[in-house]
Amino acid sequence: MSSPGPQKSLQRHPLAGWLMIAPAVVLIATFLVAPFVLAFGYSFTNQRLISPNPTEFVGMRNFEQLLGIGVLTLSPEVDEAGSPVRDDDGALQYPRVRDYTRNNPDYPHLEGMREWFGWNWGNDRVLVLARDLVFMKALTNTLIFVAVVAPVQSALALLLALMINQKLRGINVFRTIYFMPVVVSIVVVSLLWRFIYDGRNGLLNNLLEFLSFGLFQPIDWLGNPDTALWAIIAMSIWQAVGFHMVIWLSGLQTIPVSLYEAAEIEGANAWQKFRFVTWPGLRNTAVLILVVITMQAFALFAQVDVMTDGGPVDSTQVLVFQAVQRGYEQQNIAGGSAISVILFLIVLAISITQRYLTRERT
Amino acid sequence: MAGLEFKDIRKSYGNVEVIKGVDLSIEHGEFVVFVGPSGCGKSTLLRMIAGLEDITDGDLFIGDKRVNTVQPRDRGVAMVFQSYALYPHMTVYDNVGFGLRLNKTPKDERDAKIREAARILQMENLLDRRPAQLSGGQRQRVAIGRAIVRNPDVFLFDEPLSNLDAALRGSMRMEISKLHQQLDATMIYVTHDQVEAMTLADKIVVLNAGVVQQIGSPLELYNYPANLFVAGFIGSPQMNLLPVTVEAVDERTVTVASSDVPSTRIPVASARGIRGGDSITLGLRPHLLAHSEVGGITGKVLLVEHLGNETIANFALNSGEQLVAALPGSAELSNGVTLSLGFDVADARLFGTDGTAIPVADRPFR
Ligand SMILES: Nc1ncnc2c1ncn2[C@@H]1O[C@H](COP(=O)(O)OP(=O)(O)O)[C@@H](O)[C@H]1O
Ligand SMILES: [Mg+2]
Repeated sequence: MSSPGPQKSLQRHPLAGWLMIAPAVVLIATFLVAPFVLAFGYSFTNQRLISPNPTEFVGMRNFEQLLGIGVLTLSPEVDEAGSPVRDDDGALQYPRVRDYTRNNPDYPHLEGMREWFGWNWGNDRVLVLARDLVFMKALTNTLIFVAVVAPVQSALALLLALMINQKLRGINVFRTIYFMPVVVSIVVVSLLWRFIYDGRNGLLNNLLEFLSFGLFQPIDWLGNPDTALWAIIAMSIWQAVGFHMVIWLSGLQTIPVSLYEAAEIEGANAWQKFRFVTWPGLRNTAVLILVVITMQAFALFAQVDVMTDGGPVDSTQVLVFQAVQRGYEQQNIAGGSAISVILFLIVLAISITQRYLTRERT
Repeated sequence: MAGLEFKDIRKSYGNVEVIKGVDLSIEHGEFVVFVGPSGCGKSTLLRMIAGLEDITDGDLFIGDKRVNTVQPRDRGVAMVFQSYALYPHMTVYDNVGFGLRLNKTPKDERDAKIREAARILQMENLLDRRPAQLSGGQRQRVAIGRAIVRNPDVFLFDEPLSNLDAALRGSMRMEISKLHQQLDATMIYVTHDQVEAMTLADKIVVLNAGVVQQIGSPLELYNYPANLFVAGFIGSPQMNLLPVTVEAVDERTVTVASSDVPSTRIPVASARGIRGGDSITLGLRPHLLAHSEVGGITGKVLLVEHLGNETIANFALNSGEQLVAALPGSAELSNGVTLSLGFDVADARLFGTDGTAIPVADRPFR
C-alpha cells in the first residue's frame, strides 16, 4: 500500500497538519478570539483608552451602570386639606423627580437615575428611571430596528425571490437591479440616502410633493426624532433585501419542478402550491435567513454613523454605535466592552431561541 | 371512461420542433406504451397529455373533449413521475390523500380511499412514514397510490421504474400490469426499455426524433417491423441487418445476395419500387437462425455467451459484417470455428433503399 516518497513523508510528519491550519488559526485567533476575550475581560474593569491610572477590576459595576433601572411612583401634591393641587390648566402637580434621585438618603437605589418613560396610574404617576438613559434608548431602538427589519426584510426578500424565480425574458436584469445595492458599500449607500432624505431638496420630499400635487409639506426625515429611526429602517431594508432575495432564490431552486407539476395535476392553485410545496421546501432557508437578518440588524452601525450620528436627541442611538462612541469618543473602553458583551448575550439568546422554535420536529 | 385522440400534435421549443406531427388514437382501457431512445420526445408527448406542456399545434382529445387549453387538474389524468415527486414533508398518508384534500373530499371518504389504495398496493404499514424513510420501490408505490385515489380516466407514467434495480423493476412491472386489469383505466406509459414495452403494452408506439415510427401490438412490432429503426429497436438481441443487393425481382419474390449471403429468393406481398441492382437490407432475427450443413450464411465464431437455455453467438462474416445467432440449448461452440447458419425464407424481412419494410408475403390477417 505505502509508496514512500517525499510527498508521503511530508504528509506523515506530525507537525504537517498543524502547519497547514496555522494561517487560519493565527488569523482567527488575532481577529476573532482575542478581541472577544479582551472585550469580555475589559467589561469587568475600568479600562480607559488612554489613562495614567492603572486598570482596576470593578466586578459587575459597568453592567449595573448600564442596566440599572428603577421605578418611582409619584403621588400628586396635596394642600393642607388633603385635596390635590391643580395648576391653571387643571393638571395635577407632582413632586420633582430630581428630589428623589439627587442625594436623597431615603432612595439610595435611585441615586443618579433619570426619567426614561412613565404613565398615569389613577392619580399617581408611575415613572421608570434609568441609570444610563442613552444606553436604554440605544437598546430599545436596536430592538425596534430588529423587530421591524427581520420580518419585513425577509418577507420582502421572499416576495422578490418568488417573482424573480419565474422564467421570463430579461428576468436577469431584475435580479441584477435588486442585487446591486448589496454590492455597493453601505457607507456610499448611506451617503446617497442622505440626499434622498434631505429636508429641503431631498428626492423623497420632491417625489411626495409631486405625487400630492404640492400638498405635501417637506419633512427633514433624518432631522426629526419621530422619523429618523424609521428612515434608517426603510433604507436598511432596501439595501440588504437583494442579498436575502438571492438566498431565498437558491432555496427555491432546490425544490424539484416535478413537485409543482404533481401538485398542478392534483389540482393545486397558486396559493396551495406555495403553501404545500414552496413553503415547506424553504424551511431550512427560512431559518438561515431569519438568523442572518437578526444578527445583521443587531450589528447596525454604518447607517447611523453616516446619516445621523445617533441623533436627533438620541432617537437613532443603537447598541453598536453606542459601544463605539463610548469606547473611542468617550475613551471609555470598559463601558464600550460591556455594551458589546450585552449585545453578544442578546444575540446569542435570540439565535438559540430561533433555532429552538424552528427546529426539525420529528 | 375515456379514450384519447391525437390529431397532428406538434411541439416546438423556439425554432426546434421536437414532436413532429403525431396522429394516434387510444381506446378506453388500453395500455399504451411510448417507447423510443432517450430524447426522442416521449416525455414531451406525455406531458402534453397531462397539460404540463403547451401543445404547439394540433388537437388533443380526451374522451370527447378537446383539451388543448384545459388546465391539468381538469383533464382527469393522474401522473406518476420518474422521480416519484412525493412531498417530502408529508407522510405517505398525506401524500396519497393530497389531491383529495385539495378538492375538499370529506374526511371519512378520503380516509377510505387512501386505505383502499394502500390495500391494493400492499403498503398499509407505510402510511405513517415520510418519503425519506422509504426505499425506491416503496416510494414508487406511494406515487402510484396517489394516482389511484383520484380515480382518473387516464394514468400517465413517465419511466416509473427506471430508478429501480432490475429485480424490483420486474416485480413492479407485474404489479402495474395487474393494476391495469383491476382498475379498467386507460394507461399511457413511457419507457426507453423495449422489454418493458413488450411486456406491458396492449399497443406500442415507437417514437424516434419526434416522429411515430410504428404503432402496433408487441408481436406485430416484433414480427413485422415497419422500418429499419423499429427492426433494430424492438427485440433482444437485436435483429441482424445485412446489406444485400437485389439480383432479381418479380411480382411476388425478391432475390437477394451479397458476399455473405448466398442467392436467396424471398417471398414478398408486393415488390413495387424494387429494381434489380438496388442495395437493400436483409433482416434476420437471431432466434430464427439455425445451424445448417449446407448453404446459408457462413461465419467464424467470435464470441459465445452461454445463457443455459440458449446460446448467443457472435459471428464475423467474410465482408467484415457481424451476425448474432441465438441457438437453442447449450450449443457446443468454440471461438474461431467456422459455421454455416440457415434460415426460413418466410422469416426473412427486407427493407428497401429508404429503410421501410417491403411488405411480407403471407402475413396473417391481424
Ligand atoms: N424545456 C425544453 N426546452 C428545450 N428543449 C427541450 C425542453 N424539454 C425537452 N426538450 C428537448 O425535446 C426533446 C425531447 O425531450 P423528451 O421528451 O424529454 O425526451 P425523452 O424521450 O427522453 O423523454 C429533447 O431533444 C430535449 O432536448
Ligand atoms: Mg423522458
